[in-house]
Amino acid sequence: MEPISCTVLVLGGGPAGYVCAIRAGQLGLDTVLVESGRLGGTCLNVGCVPSKALIHAAGEFETAKRFAAGNSIGVRAAEPRIDLAATMAWKDGIVSRLNGGVFGLLRRAKVKVVSGVGHLRDGKTCVVESDTGRQVITAEHVVIATGSEAVPLPSLPFGGPVISSTEGLALESVPEHLAVIGGGYIGLELGTAYRKLGAEVTIIEAQDRLLPQYDAELTRPVMTRIRKLGIKVHLKATALGLHSSGALKVLPEDGNEIRLSADKILVTVGRRARLDGFGLEELDLTMNGRALEIDDQCRTSMRNVWAIGDVTGEPMLEHRAVAQGEMVAEIIAGQRRAFDKVTIPAVCFTDPEIVVAGLSPDEARATGQQVKVGSFPLIANARAMTLESEEGFVRIVARADNHVLLGVQAVGQGVSELSGAFALALEMGARLEDVAATVHVHPTLSEGFREAALAALGHALHI
Amino acid sequence: MAERVIKLPDVGEGVAEAEIVELHVKPGDLVREGDVLAAVMTDKATVEIPSPAEGRVLRIAFEVGQKAAVGAELMSLEVGEAAAKPIQRGQGQHVQQPRDVEEMAAAAAIAAERLHEEPVGKGSPRAPEARPAVRALETLTIAKPADRPLAAPAVRAFARDHGVDLRFVRGSGPAGRIQREDVEAYMTRADQAASPASGLVANTAVEEIKIIGLRRKIAQRMQDTKRRIPHFSYIEEVDVTDLEALRSDVNATKKPGRPRLTVLPFLMRALAMALRQYPQMNARYDDETDMLYRHGGAHVGVAVQTPNGLMVTVVKHAEARTIWECASEVQRLSEAARSGSATREELTGSTITITSLGALGGIASTPIINAPEVAIIGVNKIAMRPVWRGSAFEPRKIMNLSSSFDHRIIDGWEAAEFIQHLRSLLETPAKIFMET
Repeated sequence: MEPISCTVLVLGGGPAGYVCAIRAGQLGLDTVLVESGRLGGTCLNVGCVPSKALIHAAGEFETAKRFAAGNSIGVRAAEPRIDLAATMAWKDGIVSRLNGGVFGLLRRAKVKVVSGVGHLRDGKTCVVESDTGRQVITAEHVVIATGSEAVPLPSLPFGGPVISSTEGLALESVPEHLAVIGGGYIGLELGTAYRKLGAEVTIIEAQDRLLPQYDAELTRPVMTRIRKLGIKVHLKATALGLHSSGALKVLPEDGNEIRLSADKILVTVGRRARLDGFGLEELDLTMNGRALEIDDQCRTSMRNVWAIGDVTGEPMLEHRAVAQGEMVAEIIAGQRRAFDKVTIPAVCFTDPEIVVAGLSPDEARATGQQVKVGSFPLIANARAMTLESEEGFVRIVARADNHVLLGVQAVGQGVSELSGAFALALEMGARLEDVAATVHVHPTLSEGFREAALAALGHALHI
Repeated sequence: MAERVIKLPDVGEGVAEAEIVELHVKPGDLVREGDVLAAVMTDKATVEIPSPAEGRVLRIAFEVGQKAAVGAELMSLEVGEAAAKPIQRGQGQHVQQPRDVEEMAAAAAIAAERLHEEPVGKGSPRAPEARPAVRALETLTIAKPADRPLAAPAVRAFARDHGVDLRFVRGSGPAGRIQREDVEAYMTRADQAASPASGLVANTAVEEIKIIGLRRKIAQRMQDTKRRIPHFSYIEEVDVTDLEALRSDVNATKKPGRPRLTVLPFLMRALAMALRQYPQMNARYDDETDMLYRHGGAHVGVAVQTPNGLMVTVVKHAEARTIWECASEVQRLSEAARSGSATREELTGSTITITSLGALGGIASTPIINAPEVAIIGVNKIAMRPVWRGSAFEPRKIMNLSSSFDHRIIDGWEAAEFIQHLRSLLETPAKIFMET
């Protein structure tokens, strides 16, 4: 095939890559996107989007069960059934629609999409092995956006009953007993969903608590809910591997090995940058641990070779990847940009949800400054009461001297939608007084944000 | 065991190749991760190449003094399987940009300025370890937002678009928050910063001019000439009092229709005579074939300033022209050059060149040889100077000759003799018209 020559070559069609390509196309740069699988990457195909669909379905099913069991709000219904195949088909429909949407956006931005496995020959040339043959692409700028992959456990390699989140989002039936190795947010989200769909769920976590990257106060409502749902948790426990009987060998804290007969074992011990299979070794780029090292403009150690998204390491979040992709396209187009975000907020779609933006109280204190912390429990929020979700709180961290917000966190049902307000306040450099003086709608959960600011200022109204 | 190839990394902005200046290892050496393997020099800096892994040096592709292109294989190591891939590299190879250091210094200055209004957290903004977004492994948040200048995203973008570093801008908003107006005020102040009292404003404009056409040709030739030819210059003063007296007399009594004589035709004639005795000065040197072509005819190049730049017109066979013919030929050629109608013939083939800036000639210059010639005579301005004439100072008209020679062909002694001969001809102008 005729070699293609372009200005920008984006390797990887996930959120980082496709957004970078769209923005580059919008800016009039001659852009080619190489993707070996489906557009949209982990997030759209096997991550955020399908998991949220599954979590929603599981939540609805659990609500219906509660209706059947009798409840205080007066809704009566018959015992529900789950048709997981139909749920998966519905989920796949959403994914397909979004896939098509991405393709349309790329086409509208005049981005050429090449399907196939790209292999970098050097910092300017990519060879794509596609169904229709070998395609050589040369580019002035190469953007590496190859994403991340699930980290396997040496003792429990993927295959058979041992699955990653990808397979966990495409089960044909609800497993009888699901063992989840790793109590991070992915394990908790999927574990909780399958528990609600009727599976017996056991979580094995090596550290002394679940969601160890969040503070205990923030995760407490999630722990309460997990206990209530009947999910078994083994902390400070190690998964040793499979016994010949097929059972999962676990070494709990007390040292007496136990065997769990789980029909699916979901390993969610983390994700790592995808560095293999696309010729990275030809470039010999400087690494930052196991990820590509980048500067605040997403430049790698080789000129005009850029890296964005999960391949650049933590935090591996879609919205960070998108912001990086957009920025890199603009820099290539000659604009002055740098990654100067105050915060990359994060949400756990656990039950209840957790939002973090900026610094937690301990992180803020660790920077050596005096801080003020204000917290407002949702039990005192009218909207939370009417939603039967009184667990949780909104918490604000601010500098003691000038009241500038350093962080906002919340836990509670539906609080994920507050993340935008939290991030906006941090980016704008808001002070406690700004949040307190903003009129928030009653009755909404967002009032908790204002009340937390008032609490930090020492005059909360409703507690 | 596996082989690990070490390539020349991209050592800096715009650098396509680097010279290997040091090799710290030889084939067979055992190296640890981080050991310095080699040092390479670009036109900007010397950069050390550390070993990315522990292993044994198998081969080295370059010797000290050789140049390597970015991405070329420098050497290869025999390493353990785990280290075969370029992963888990130390920081060493990353060429630290000086920016961080400057930033830290700048940050310290700002911190001092801000002290009176708000305490600044420990550490400087964007100290290298901050590198937000990248390093915040556990927390999923960016470290130390409080240490950054407080400004909304739109204000940050506005500042960046205008090249303003927000750490230098004082915020007028609550808690020192920087508003767009603060950035605009800072920009106005920065414009006037050169001398606030005098009203003088620093002009930071930079005009981009593409060097094309004749200017580019001149640039290339000058660069090539000055680089290839080892020049030496020789400056001597010539007493032209008598020559000037002769010249003004001739000009006052010349026949109508004849050109007004400048010093140039006299110099040309004197040169033609001197060259008979010093034929080695009247030559073209082809340094690629090591051939020197000595010419019988004195084809004198005369540098002419045209609107587009410098051109050299050629008076062919000056030795066969009278002083009047020399003068009219110079005049004709310079008019042709200025109007752009000079032919290729009239602009090539000189064997020695005279360059003069006339009244702007200064007291001395170091002319660049008109390659492939081997000598160029520079004429400086004539000035009345006191000259010791045995018993008293007398006012004399003095003109300096600043000449350059190709030292590959011309020795200093010869050049000095040649110029002294030329001087004696010019100081006693009757000699110019005498056959010896």
